[in-house]
Parts: sequence; structure tokens; C-alpha cells
Amino acid sequence: MKAKTTDLSGTSTGYKVFAAVVLVLLAIFFLFPLYWIVTGSFKNVIEINANYPIWFPQNPTVENYAELFERPAFKWLFNIIFISAAAMVLTCLTAALAGYALGKKRFYGRAVLFTIIICAMALPKQVIVIPLLQEMTFFHMNDNLWAVILPTVGWPFGVFLMKQFSETIPNEILEAARVDGAGELRTFFSVVFPMIKPGIGALAIFTFVNTWNDYFLQLVMLTSDKNWTLPLAIANLQGEMSTDFGLIMAGAALAAIPIVVVFIAFQKYFTQGIAMGAVKG
Amino acid sequence: MAQNTVAAPAQTKPKKQKPSQFSGMSKALVRRETISAYLFLLPSLIFFVSFVVVPMFICVVYSFLDYGLGGVKGFAGFDNYIKLFQDPVFHRGFLNTVLIVVVAVPTVTAFSLWVSSAIYKMHPLPRSFFRCVFYLPVVTGSVAITVVWKWILHPYYGLLNQVAGTGTFDWLGNQHTAIWFIILILFTTSIGQPIVLYVAALGNVDQSLVEAAQVDGATKLQVFWKIKWPQIMPTTLYVLVITTINSFQCFALIQLLTKGGPLNSTMTIMYQVYDTAYRLNDLGYANAIGVVLAIIIAIFSAVQFKLAKTE
Repeated sequence: MKAKTTDLSGTSTGYKVFAAVVLVLLAIFFLFPLYWIVTGSFKNVIEINANYPIWFPQNPTVENYAELFERPAFKWLFNIIFISAAAMVLTCLTAALAGYALGKKRFYGRAVLFTIIICAMALPKQVIVIPLLQEMTFFHMNDNLWAVILPTVGWPFGVFLMKQFSETIPNEILEAARVDGAGELRTFFSVVFPMIKPGIGALAIFTFVNTWNDYFLQLVMLTSDKNWTLPLAIANLQGEMSTDFGLIMAGAALAAIPIVVVFIAFQKYFTQGIAMGAVKG
Repeated sequence: MAQNTVAAPAQTKPKKQKPSQFSGMSKALVRRETISAYLFLLPSLIFFVSFVVVPMFICVVYSFLDYGLGGVKGFAGFDNYIKLFQDPVFHRGFLNTVLIVVVAVPTVTAFSLWVSSAIYKMHPLPRSFFRCVFYLPVVTGSVAITVVWKWILHPYYGLLNQVAGTGTFDWLGNQHTAIWFIILILFTTSIGQPIVLYVAALGNVDQSLVEAAQVDGATKLQVFWKIKWPQIMPTTLYVLVITTINSFQCFALIQLLTKGGPLNSTMTIMYQVYDTAYRLNDLGYANAIGVVLAIIIAIFSAVQFKLAKTE
């Protein structure tokens, strides 16, 4: 009986085998683009332009990377890391403070504010990018890395996620801190902050990955090539020299590998946090 | 204003339903709490108001202006909106966007639910592996994924034609096939997050109910529909809404693969917003399309909430 109740994934062995085979095939299909990027980046011109499939580079070469670094690729890499890291730090800080207030404080306008935040989250983010450029141009901040960072911090998802985490803090602990004479900020940094750390971890990795991949915002805001980010640069290179796939794959590999490594390293926090934000919401 | 009705929607946990959020608090304490709460909210609100609320207003205001290459030429009233209903490009973009949403959203939802139910009972190691694999295209980023697909689908150097033996067929240059590849690639970059959510939700399903039903002789399918499905409904709703919003906003794929062509066969509302603003330099019209897109998404989300509630 016990064995039967824990076995819920399928009705029969046949189905289980079927499911396993389909899953493995799908995994291959999903991993393949990444494999093709990395192997493609080491193929020479002849292999890239072959008219038959070459599954693995026969004469691995780094010429594509050499060609990539003839351009300011390090600058592009630095730009995207800087943008993502700055957006991550600012988002975590502002969202943790605001989420705590929304989750634990009782104040006038709380319900209205929370409703506005939920509604804004359902808004198509990209629609406001064009008016945002007008605003940035007005403040002479267009074609500036901060023009990508600041709007990212304004997006309310982080506040929502932090509110969900803050609500789990027991009131008694906050009471105890107050009785001990801790001020508001002290309570936040020495009591609240350590307790919502897992949530902050999730938000940090989520913001970092999403900022890195927010192509539309980068495309609209960053115009001169010294301010390009690596993903934007690859997109632009692809438009310029559309069949130099070796160069483009080298760029794609350089843009994809760091973020994939970051994701795999912090996967645990990420999956927990995302699930928590949604399941409770 | 009645404080109890104000407080009600903000309470996500029903167990602590108090008559008022302020019950048991003195006036002075309420005032002090309100001031400190807004101080905590201030940094976040500055960003939110400056970079979300203000551009929203700009967007709406511009949609009523005649704003072309030379700057604002005057007030346009509803001209931009009227133009939109007569614009064949917008009609095509609207139909394509609806096609993408109507195909991608149910497929992504059903498929991610199937994958999740197949992996959530696995040993943590293979479970993490599969969850990670399906999330990878999201992390890799739309640009990197798109450029590799462009290579795979290339008529001369692309892997697809070489493997499938289809000569030099131009999959992205054909007005019948291009949109289906857009949908396929969108699909691969969309199922990651729903799987993470569903794996967590299925893991949280009340196991005692499942066991009770099995003791009563319920089949696996019955257990799923009668017990698990209602419990994961909030997750399904969330998945539907985020997938819908993402499908509506699908941009990088189209800009990098087809630029809306051939013959507008992959034109979407989102791409038309961009194209109108930066290639045609018609900011008034671009913002009007943006406003309409926001309204369409709001309607879709509202309908999904309604449907999910009646289930």
C-alpha cells in the first residue's frame, strides 16, 4: 500500500518509460541551442559555411574570439555586468524596505498602494519603454547605462515578492525588538533583514538574469557602440554581418556562459523564491 | 472611509482576518506607523513613480498628439486611434498576436504541467536537472537563443535544411512558415518559469487528501482532476497570466529573425509599436498602439481571472 501511494507519476510502467523517453528527448532539444552556440564559436570559416552538418568542430579554432575581441567586447561585457549588478543591488535594497512596510506595517493607503502595484505588474513593460526614452532624453540621460538601470529598479515585482516574504515574519519578534528599544531602522537591519535573506537571494538572482536579458530596454536606450551591452552588440553585429555565424556564436557564447554559470550556482534560491512569490500570491 | 473594507483585499492569508487593520492601535501609534511605513516605501516609490507611473502618463498623453519627426505638431484628438482601426498593418499585427497567444499560452501551460507532473516526484537530482534544462533557454537570453536559431534555419548554412534534406528552403523568408518558427522558439523560451512554479505547487498539494482518495479507490486521473487540479489552480492562473503577457510582448525574436516580414506575416502589435516609433518616426501613433496593446492585455488577464474563478 505504501509503495502504491508514493507512486503517482504514472499509471503503468509503459507510461513511465514513455514519459522518460520524451523527457530525455526534450532535454536534448532544449540543450541543443546552447551546445550549437558553444561548438559553433570554435568552428573555422569552412566548417561554419559547410553545406553538411558538422556536429563537432574538426579543427577547433579561437579565431572567432580573436575577431570578437578586436571590437570592444570587454567593454560590452563590463557594461552588461555593471547594469545587471547595479540594478540587482538597488532593486534588492529598495524592494526589501518597501516590501517590509507593505507586509508588516499598518498604515493609511496600504491596500490602495498594493492594488496599484499588482495592476502595474500586469502592465506590458515594453509599452512604457518608448515614453521612457523621451523622459530620459529630457533629463539628458539617454545613451547612458543608468537609463537602463533606473527603470529596472522601478519595476514593482521585487516589492511584491518581498512583501510575500516579510509577511512570514512573526509579529512577536518585531514586538520583542521594539520592547528592547530598537529603532525602526535597527529592527529592519538586524531582525527583518536576516529573516528575509532567502527572499532577497531569489530576488537578486531573478533581477540579475532578467536585467541581463532585457534586450528591448537596452536596444532603445543605448545607441553609441561604447555603451552597448554584449547581447545588444551581438544583435547589432548580426544585423551588420549576417552570415559571419562564427563571430556571432562567439559573442553569443560570451553573453550566455556567465549568466548560465550564475544561474546554475544560485539555482536553489531562485527556484524557491519564484515559487514562493507565485504560490502565495 | 470604512477601514475594514480597505484592509480586506490586502490580506492574502485568511487566517488573521481582523475587523480593521488598525484594531488595538492608538491614534498616535497609527500616525507613527504610517509615517515610518512611508519612509520605508520612499526609495522604492521614487523609482516606481519616476520610471513606471510617469512614462505611463506620457504614453497616454502622446497617443493624443500629432508627434512626428519634427516634434509635436499639435493635438490630434482621437485621430491616432481612428487611424489604428483603418490600418491594414495593425489588423495583420493584431491577428498574428492573437494567433501567437492562442497557440502559445495553452501549449505552454499544458506542456509545462505535464513535464512538472512527470518530474516532481523524482529524486531531487534528476528533478533539478530537468528543471534547470527547461529553464536554460530563459537564462541564455532571447538574443543568444535567437541568433543560434537564425543560423539553424539559414537556407544555405543552416542545420535544419541539411538534416531534413529540404534543399535551400528559406523557413523564415516564407510567409507561411515564418510565424510557426517564431511560435516554436517562443515556446522554448517560455516553459521554464511555469515548470518551476508547477513543480513547487504540485509538491505542496495536500498529501492526506490524495491518500484518502486512493484508499477510496480513485484512479490516478481522478486524483489529478478532483484533488490536485483545484489545489494548483492559483498557480495555473499565474502561469496563464505571465505567459499571456510574455507572448504579447514577444519582441527580440521578431526583430532579429524577420522584422515583421515577409509581407507582414510575422508583424505583431509589439513590433509595430517599435517600428512605428523608430523607423517611421511617428511617436503619437506608436504610443496609441501601445495604449491599445495594454488594454488588450488587461482584457485577456481579466477574462482569465474570471474563467479561473468560475472553475
